Amino acid sequence: MTDTLDASAAVSTTTSATAHATSGDAAGASAASLITGGGVRTMPMAKALNAGLAAALAADEKVLLMGEDIGPLGGVFRVTENLQRDFGAHRVIDTPLAESGIIGTAIGLAMRGYRPVCEIQFDGFIFPGFDQITTQLAKLTARHEGSLRMPVVIRVPYGGHIGAVEHHQESPEAYFAHTPGLRLVSPATPHDAYWMIQEAIASDDPVLFFEPKSRYWPKGPVDLDASGLALHASRIVRRGTDVTVVGHGAMVSMLLDAAALAEEEGTSIEVVDLRSLSPIDYEPLLESVRRTGRLVVAQEAPGGVSVGSEIAATVSERAFFSLEAPVIRVSGFDTPFPPAKLEGAYLPDVDRILDGVDRALSY
Amino acid sequence: MSHTAETLQLLAPDGRLVDSERAERYRPVVDGLDESLLQSFHRTMTVIRAFDIEAGNLQRQGQLALWIPSLGQEAAQVGSGYAARPQDHIFPAYREHAVGHIRGLDVVQIIAMLRGLSHGGWVPEEVGNFHLYTLVIGSQTLHATGYAMGVQFDGLVGTGDETRDTAVMVYFGDGATSQGDVNEAFVFAQSYATPQVFFLQNNHWAISVPVSVQSRTPLFHRPAGFGIPSVQIDGNDVLASYAVTLESLDAARSGEGPRFIEALTYRMGAHTTSDDPTKYRADDEVESWRRRDPIARFETYLRGRGASDQFFAEVAAEAADFAADARRRTLALEPPTAESMFAHVYSEQHPVMDTQREWLRSYEAAFGGDA
Repeated sequence: MTDTLDASAAVSTTTSATAHATSGDAAGASAASLITGGGVRTMPMAKALNAGLAAALAADEKVLLMGEDIGPLGGVFRVTENLQRDFGAHRVIDTPLAESGIIGTAIGLAMRGYRPVCEIQFDGFIFPGFDQITTQLAKLTARHEGSLRMPVVIRVPYGGHIGAVEHHQESPEAYFAHTPGLRLVSPATPHDAYWMIQEAIASDDPVLFFEPKSRYWPKGPVDLDASGLALHASRIVRRGTDVTVVGHGAMVSMLLDAAALAEEEGTSIEVVDLRSLSPIDYEPLLESVRRTGRLVVAQEAPGGVSVGSEIAATVSERAFFSLEAPVIRVSGFDTPFPPAKLEGAYLPDVDRILDGVDRALSY
Repeated sequence: MSHTAETLQLLAPDGRLVDSERAERYRPVVDGLDESLLQSFHRTMTVIRAFDIEAGNLQRQGQLALWIPSLGQEAAQVGSGYAARPQDHIFPAYREHAVGHIRGLDVVQIIAMLRGLSHGGWVPEEVGNFHLYTLVIGSQTLHATGYAMGVQFDGLVGTGDETRDTAVMVYFGDGATSQGDVNEAFVFAQSYATPQVFFLQNNHWAISVPVSVQSRTPLFHRPAGFGIPSVQIDGNDVLASYAVTLESLDAARSGEGPRFIEALTYRMGAHTTSDDPTKYRADDEVESWRRRDPIARFETYLRGRGASDQFFAEVAAEAADFAADARRRTLALEPPTAESMFAHVYSEQHPVMDTQREWLRSYEAAFGGDA
């Protein structure tokens, strides 16, 4: 793990938490990190997430943020910047450095009526918490036959393109998409990040919220008045006629770049932003495939037994007579994520996506 | 790894109160116990032992997939169980049948789990805040710690209102102390000063592995390293279990932070009905613990205080009735419907559940609707 927790900080958190809790402070509607007023603003995804978290904290005093270094530091990606200042150490909690402990105590807090939002510092650090996520969090509502809800959100910065060390660039979403009882979403734009984090927190089910960390800093518009789409809806983000390409998170902007390039060469690509990995909203995708007859699924994750594999199988079952070609997967290789100097060779890029498109068109 | 001079005992195996400086401190609690509560200790231990034996019989007769015996651990469970207040929350492992019974759980719901009809399914708030059993060893300690953090955030610690101040007690075993989650629970508990009691039943065996493989030092020495006060008690002494748990829960409720109790006891039977303890432990060890039987010890104590033969006969009859009733109701349990698989995977609507439920419905209908 990259950062250590100062023991004295943990003690002071406890002290201020107790003091704050007894003061009976309200949710903090005047917090500076809240964006007030409506309209469309331009901001990076990290800021949109920060504003979305602030809005959720202000809307419901049962919402708590928990994680490593999320307090004064604002998280290693600054997504929680100033939130502890604005909402207090009893709402934005720096935890001991223990991922299973974070998830396990979040489960207990949810049993008590809280809505914890846990930050896992990096994708590859989620595995110490894997057992609590898959054997406890995912199953507790069923084990209680519906009497217990588990409104826990787990934020996971994920994916490559940032040149980082081992365990800091992975895409582990398939493990969780395979687990019944969990919901998984991944925004591709600042607008979706702002709204989807609030919708995930409002969900009474556990939601794994995968944040494409290579997209934290590019700016984009955020409509502060309306989300425009349900949490688990997929969306056609570029119209085309020859091939459908689908992806999620950071891959979506790569697909749009590929589509722009292909257009210059005379190929019309339709792009679908998956947005939700569990459940997957297949209708827009199937509707698209029925028109184009071809599908390329792109993802940073290793291709074997992946979300892309599931999409390929389902589309083959449900749109078999519309397909002119087998569904093509463009994925990371089935190797551990390589040292950063090789990530360009490992991760699908525009050329690899267009190679997949060419293969789909070759049938 | 067993009783030493550090082990707190209030009631000796011969049924007499221990006269020691440490025991003296708890004498006001023991002297303050009224006769009806003392009788309840005996009644609950006896009733649960009869139920436990009957459940084992049901397993042997093919009525349960598995049973998890609590034989020999009644005093640790009954003493601690009676020490909790109604508003406290209990996170059991999976052998705390007596605690569940004390809190108001119908123990046939435990049987339903082991008959393959549910994964628990009771509503903790309807059964004295007794939470579901957790089968993955030690996972529940973190849930208890998180719950206790929530109690603290709710401001229900140290107010001085004894009907509202709330503590959380979590049960786990000697094997669980090796799990990362249990140690992470200690870390979080001390960091946030949770209102919580860690109740370790050291029954000396994690299935076939002796406690000496889990630890070379007495387990109650470990919490000191986490900054959590701890005490080791004779877990077959119901008075020690009651008095020390009472004191620890009071401390937790009043804002003094977490406490740790190691109750030395012994699993007289198998880990579950699936194993054969004669393969891994010696008869003389089992025999030595039989001589420390918690119920026999407490019966001697009660007789010394004047309890009558009639009282013990009535309790024995009540226990037999309880076990027979559990058997009757076990055999009458209805299986769940296949569609219930899909009902509560999510709290909110989910298209995959809808699709698969519908598919199963039409698949079964294809066989005439009675598959």
